[in-house]
Parts: sequence; C-alpha cells; structure tokens
Amino acid sequence: MHPSTLVLRRRTRTLGGPAVIRWTLIGLALLFLGVFLVVPLVAVFTFAFQKGWEAYAAAISHPEALSAMRLTLTAAAIAVPLNLVFGVAAAWLIARFRFPGRSLLITLIDLPFSVSPVIAGLIFVLMFGRQGWLGPWLAEHDLHVIFAVPGIVLATVFITFPFVAREVLPVMQAQGSDEEEAALTLGASGWRMFWRVTLPKVKWGVIYGVILCNARAMGEFGAVSVVSGHVRGVTTTLPLHAEILYNEYDFVGAFAVASLLTLLALVTLVVKKYVEWRSVAS
Amino acid sequence: MRTQILLPLFLALSLAGCSKSSSDASAPSKGTEDVTLLNVSYDPTRELYADFNAAFAKQWEAKHGQKVTIKQSHGGSGKQARAVIDGLDADVVTLALAYDVDMLHDKAQLIPQNWQTRLLDNSAPYTSTIVFVVRKGNPKGIKDWEDLVKEGVSVITPNPKTSGGARWNYLAAWGYALRKQGGSEATAQAFIEKLFRNVPVLDSGARGSTTTFAERGLGDVLIAWENEAFLLTKEVGKDKFEIVVPSVSILAEPPVTVVDKNVDKRGTRAVAEAYLQYLYSDEGQELAAKHYYRPRSQAVAAKHAALFPKVSLFTIADVFGGWKKAQAAHFDDGGVFDRIYVPQAR
Repeated sequence: MHPSTLVLRRRTRTLGGPAVIRWTLIGLALLFLGVFLVVPLVAVFTFAFQKGWEAYAAAISHPEALSAMRLTLTAAAIAVPLNLVFGVAAAWLIARFRFPGRSLLITLIDLPFSVSPVIAGLIFVLMFGRQGWLGPWLAEHDLHVIFAVPGIVLATVFITFPFVAREVLPVMQAQGSDEEEAALTLGASGWRMFWRVTLPKVKWGVIYGVILCNARAMGEFGAVSVVSGHVRGVTTTLPLHAEILYNEYDFVGAFAVASLLTLLALVTLVVKKYVEWRSVAS
Repeated sequence: MRTQILLPLFLALSLAGCSKSSSDASAPSKGTEDVTLLNVSYDPTRELYADFNAAFAKQWEAKHGQKVTIKQSHGGSGKQARAVIDGLDADVVTLALAYDVDMLHDKAQLIPQNWQTRLLDNSAPYTSTIVFVVRKGNPKGIKDWEDLVKEGVSVITPNPKTSGGARWNYLAAWGYALRKQGGSEATAQAFIEKLFRNVPVLDSGARGSTTTFAERGLGDVLIAWENEAFLLTKEVGKDKFEIVVPSVSILAEPPVTVVDKNVDKRGTRAVAEAYLQYLYSDEGQELAAKHYYRPRSQAVAAKHAALFPKVSLFTIADVFGGWKKAQAAHFDDGGVFDRIYVPQAR
C-alpha cells in the first residue's frame, strides 16, 4: 500500500509539469469559461437592466410575458411527470429484461436526441396539421393540436423524452438485480419490491433526470417554434416570447425574459449540484 | 411474458396522456359576448397592427357594443401562409405578397380563387416600396441599384426562398436591370447574380435582416421595405442610418383577406370583414401612414406627401406578369435564384 501511493504521488507531480504550463492551462480554461459562459451571462443581465429596474419589472409583468410564463410552466408540468413515469418504466424494462425489440426500444428512446428539434416539430405538423394524417378528423371534431397549447405540450414531451430514461438506465444496470431477486424470494409483491428496493436505489438518478428534463422542457425553442403558430399571448412560450420581443427592437424586454430563463438555468444548476452532493453523501 | 404485456402498456399510457391533454385545452370559447380575431401577418407589420387593433376594437365596441380582441401572429410571410394552411386558425391574413395568399386557395381551398378582387386596390389597403438603408454619411456612396453590385459593397437582404420581403427586393432589382437602357433577361440575370455575390448572409425573414444590419452591424447597405427603413432610421437607430431612394423601384402591395373557411366555422365573418374594411377608412389610412406605409387614400397620401418621396414605380404585373409567373420563374426549386445563388464563404 505504502510504496504504491508514493509512486502515484511522484507521478502526479511530474505530470503536473512546471508551474508555467500549469498556470497557462488554468488561465486558458478560465479565459474560455469567461468568454463563453460568464460574459454572455453578464450581458443578459446588463441588457435586461439597461433601462432600470422599472423597465425590467414592466417587461416581465406584461400580460403576454405572464401568459408565456404560464404556458412554459404548463408544458413542463405535463411533460416532466409523463417522462418521469415513462423514463423509469423504460429504464427498468431495459435493465432487467431481455425481450425482442429491446434494442429497438433503446434506439427509440434516443431518437429525440438525434433528431433535429425542427424536424420533430414538423413531424407533428405532418400528423396533426390540417393537411396531415389526423387533420381532417381533428377538424371535424373541432380539436386543435398544433398551433395550440396541446401541440406545444406534445412537442415538449417528445423533446424531453430521453432525459429520465437515459439517467436512470445506467444506475439501474450498475445496480444489478440481486437485491430485487432477494426481495421477491422473501415474498415481496412486484410493486412492493419496486417501491422499497428498486426506486430507493435509483432515486438520485431519477431526480437528476427530472432536473435535466425540466430544464430542457422550459428552454426548448426549435420544435415548439414550429408547432406554435406564434399567436401572441396564447401560444408563445418564454423562449419564443424573448425572440418576438427581440425582433420588435424591444431589447430590454427580450433580455428581461431571457434573464428569467437564465435564472431558471442557474437555479437548475444549483439544484443539480445539491443533488450530486447529496447522492455522493448517501 | 410479463415484458410482452408491459411494452404495449407503456405505449398506451403515453398515448393516453397525449390525447387527454389535447382535448383539455382545445375547448372552444363559444357562447361569450366577446369575440376574438386572429390576424396572421408578416414581420414588419407588428407596430402597425398593434396600433390599428386598438383603434378598430374601440370603434367596433362603440358601434356594436361588443368587445373584440385581436390576437396577432407574425413571422416570415411564406412561413405564416404555410401555418394557416396547416391549420393555424386565422380569421384574417395580412401577408407580404399575393402569392402567399394564393397558396391558401391552391393548397387548402380556404379562400376562393378570386379573393384579390373582393377588396379595393387589389386587396392591398396600403403599399410600400423597396429602398436602401445605408450607414450614416453613406460611406460607400450608394445612390442607385448599380452601386450595389460594385466590388467591396456588402449587401444585406433576406432569403427570397423563405421571405416575402426578400422576393420584393429581388424583383425590384431585376426590374431595374431589365428596364434600364439595353436591359434584357440575360443582363438582368447577370445583375442579380452579381448582386447576390455581395450578400454575406441570407436571413430567413425581413426583420432578421434588419437586425443583422442594425444590431450586428453587418453590411454596407440593407435592401428593405420603405416602412422598415423608416422605422430603422426614425425610431431604432436615430442618427445611425440614412435612407437612399433608388431611381426606380417596385410597387409593393401587401394584400389582406378574410380566411373564409375559418371565419365561417368560427362565426366571425362580420367582424373580420369590418376589420379589413376599417383599414381603408381614414383612421386606418392615417395609421398606415404613421407606420410608414404609403396610404391608398389620395387625401391621406396628400397629407403625408413630404414623407414619401416620388419614385418611379413599376408593378409586378407590368414586369413579371403577376406573382405566379414570377414565383415559378425565379423562386421555385430550379428557378433563376437557385441557379445563380452560391453561398458566400466569409
């Protein structure tokens, strides 16, 4: 034990190299972070508060901004629970069972990652549009899917599909099924085993997936833009609203809305960090 | 075994979730006194319709005691037409060019073929034309179309495949080259080819190009709608830009129409028709002029004559035989634009 740690320490020291190289590398990394992350972040808030606190407050309390906020939260509130249930179920299925179509299911879960969000939006237009497969039927029953709230929710669900499943799957696979089998042999029912054994073991993976899923659900632009129809105050989410304001030369408004999304991202990061810390601790 | 039951279950579950949410939020708001209209428009009309909607709602309520709320949707003209065809429930469309409105008939039979004859002046209550915006002091000395093809001049114009405004820009340039002394189809095509070699970036919509030029600071000259140019020089970038009016340009007629199928389904025909009629009223025309569109009304136009310089204007019918022909020859796949445009590496 003792000699090997010594060797290791010596080796890291040589790998570290002379101070000049080390500090150059650190400096470069910091510079990169500064230019690509900190500066844009600061810029968002600088522009948002360019005309003072009052203009900022007016921009984010505008009825259209409020409606965009509501829609964004609604979409996330529907998409996240759906994908939570689906994600955990799918991960469990894939981790524990061998069945025909298993690799197809894995591929399908990843589909929203690999497909451009714009294409995803167009798929829904092709399905639910007036000219689409279900279009005539929907029109007959006076149902609106695309260019209405359901379309935005659908697009959000689609785009955020993989997050929970992808986070939970590796945790479940690493876990193995020994403990579950033990629970079953001891007479636990399937559900009891799931709640008492499976779920607690993958808890942090689930929470982590939900956080990422939520962040993406609120920030999604491309797919939602295609199915939105951009009706102001009705089918615009926060990212779309920011774009509209920007195009109207209302830069304070656009960046105020953008700052809300940025804040959301920051909160997400903090929560994520906390979850990571807790999961390591437990 | 178990897995074979579970898989369809998941699918059924996720589908059930979707269809439930779709029926929830789509309950039509019938039975109320208030009425809403959806005006699907193109990019640079945002400010105009923000004002006009308020004026119309006030007038309608005073006259009929009914509250009317007008919702707006803005975007590139072609994209907006596409959305209406795909099911966006527009009561009226106010787009950049007749071709996009024609599509509502051709692709989905939402309006009759003769829609453009239903309102005065080709259903275009206001007009505009295509002008240039240059940076303060006009450092590159841009005076007319000919200056845009000079070497070292960087021109900003949106993509004519996606933007109605861009098509007007393109056709204005083509018309200039065709009608000038010794002009022919061949010289016009050579002119356009040279012009687009000077375009570093093609935005998808007119407003995108304006922001590229004004905010991102790209380009020496922006080809733009006159109303957009005024907005830029008078309101956004005061003292940063100048308008240059070319010797010849095109009469841009952005048309409006009710979408018959939608208003009949929603029972909003009367108010939708009144809405468009009101664009032709004195107040509507004044608002158009206020937002730098050229009013059709002689009286209102005379009042604002100082604002709008006289330009020799040709129409699309004069030079191209109408939008359908222009579209087929220039912008459809394999048309002139596809043949001449080579993306510039910069």
